[in-house]
Amino acid sequence: MISNLINRKLFTLLKVQYSNMLEYRVEIALWAISGIIPFFMLNIWTNNNLNESINISDVLLSRYFLCAFFVRQFSVVWVVFSFEEDSLLGKVSPYLIQPINPFFRYFAQHLAEQITRFPFALIIAFFFFILNPESIWIPNLGILFFSIISTFLSFLIQFLIQSIVACLCFWTEKASSIERLLFIPTLFLSGLLAPVVSFPEYVKSWIYLTPFPYLIDFPANLLSGNETNISGGLSMQILWIFLLFPLFKKIWSEGTKKYTAMGS
Amino acid sequence: MAHNIIDVRNLSKSFDISSKESGLKGTIKHFIRRQTKSIKVIKNISFEIKEGEIVGFLGANGAGKTTILKMLCGLIYPSEGSILVSGDLPFRRKENFLKNITLIMGQKQQLIWDLPPIESFYLNASIYDLDKFEAKKRIKKLSEMLEIDEELFIPVRKLSLGQRMKSELLAALIHEPNILFLDEPTLGLDINAQRNLRKFLQKYNKETNATICLTSHYMKDITSLCKRVICVHEGAISYDGKLELLLKKLSPVKEILIVCRSEEDAIKLENSGFTVKNKIKNEITIKVENKSITSSLKTILNNFDIEDLFINEPPIDEIIGRVLIKKDYDI
Repeated sequence: MISNLINRKLFTLLKVQYSNMLEYRVEIALWAISGIIPFFMLNIWTNNNLNESINISDVLLSRYFLCAFFVRQFSVVWVVFSFEEDSLLGKVSPYLIQPINPFFRYFAQHLAEQITRFPFALIIAFFFFILNPESIWIPNLGILFFSIISTFLSFLIQFLIQSIVACLCFWTEKASSIERLLFIPTLFLSGLLAPVVSFPEYVKSWIYLTPFPYLIDFPANLLSGNETNISGGLSMQILWIFLLFPLFKKIWSEGTKKYTAMGS
Repeated sequence: MAHNIIDVRNLSKSFDISSKESGLKGTIKHFIRRQTKSIKVIKNISFEIKEGEIVGFLGANGAGKTTILKMLCGLIYPSEGSILVSGDLPFRRKENFLKNITLIMGQKQQLIWDLPPIESFYLNASIYDLDKFEAKKRIKKLSEMLEIDEELFIPVRKLSLGQRMKSELLAALIHEPNILFLDEPTLGLDINAQRNLRKFLQKYNKETNATICLTSHYMKDITSLCKRVICVHEGAISYDGKLELLLKKLSPVKEILIVCRSEEDAIKLENSGFTVKNKIKNEITIKVENKSITSSLKTILNNFDIEDLFINEPPIDEIIGRVLIKKDYDI
């Protein structure tokens, strides 16, 4: 059953969503460009020589932020906003009576957008290397493989967290406000603004107990070739997925009982 | 004999609704302490529907028709009572149950807006585990029945409302469901599109013996498709039975406009014991009970010199309109 789902349903969903995404070429390009926060942060770090305090060279830091940009491009999630809108307008009703969980649609939508973003992200990386030629490096195949896996796991964690928050729409209608609360720790603790290594030791030990550093910091460090515990990081990502998935299932099952199908 | 495919017993549904007074004071009060109250929108209703039946749900806006359909298809959870649809509890949304039903809402769409409908059809086909060959066959058959072959490859956003509705119908029927829940399927369609849709539904019902539950504010939908109607008034069933019987009950008399050869004949007719509605020169309108229409006509034709005669049925919208505001019909 699961293989059938992945082989046929998800593949067709992905194909259709990809066709849909290609209708929005300009938007995709703009969204890709809008994810350049890591480059601003790189600028702030290097201009103020902040990297010296954490013993990371300019080159390694620039690679880290480029990788953070890449990881962010392929793990960004907005399911809470899509689901909230669909739920409030009653658009989710036809999906609820189909023999596939509606979240698979959103999942495919995200994957399709990631595929569409890929060429734009490469173009941005190309320009980055023109401006910072000393940062050019080619990760070995093993590292690249684990980085792709870890970026996908990061996407899964974020997708599950947001899906859980999205399900709160069944109770609060405006679940995206709760997501805003989560955005703050995601921004500061994920490694998007600063590598987690730059935090004080006692803070770091706490941060590593949360899912946030496994969203950007771990995959970006892995891809950029910085020293990192690959098996430990991947295990933590998998652990978070195992913790979040049953929670999502439970909240989904309770939430659908509360669904009022308003707007339809 | 057809068995019951839908069995509803003592079904009720309540919603928690928050209310807010107008003005700044009301807004602040609403922000600090929200007043919510539970409103029972469906009140202890029971009915059965047999396989292959087409049943129309009638009621004013907010009467609860759509809520009933939503509970029948498993979209919302009932507060009390039981529902069995094709032997399943709808709200459990089991795969086999979902593959057996469909819900079409006139004002909501499931087609992907920027893509041609054919993409949504193949997507639905894979969601319902149809292989490509079977999906192609069904799309061909349904698109011919619905007469939308050419529109399959045009982006949904460029289709007219009628073409979109037909495409919605195709998307919702690709898995050949046995039970169709249609919530105002002809909403916003022009007269021809409405007629075509009704013809299609009749044909679909005839060919597949599918059960159809329908709500509509267009009386033509109800009269041409449904033999049985369930009238819903403020969440309760006010009538459940044959449409024909309801119409007879609500409209026990017919009006006959008689054009006499002379005014003298009209005066004679006026004084012959019929209930006269009005008389203008040689034209007279009388009211006759349905049961005595044949005998009355015989009397008139045998005893008076008649030039022309018209039997008028009261407009069906007017009759049904009375149902929507009345609480109970004891037939």
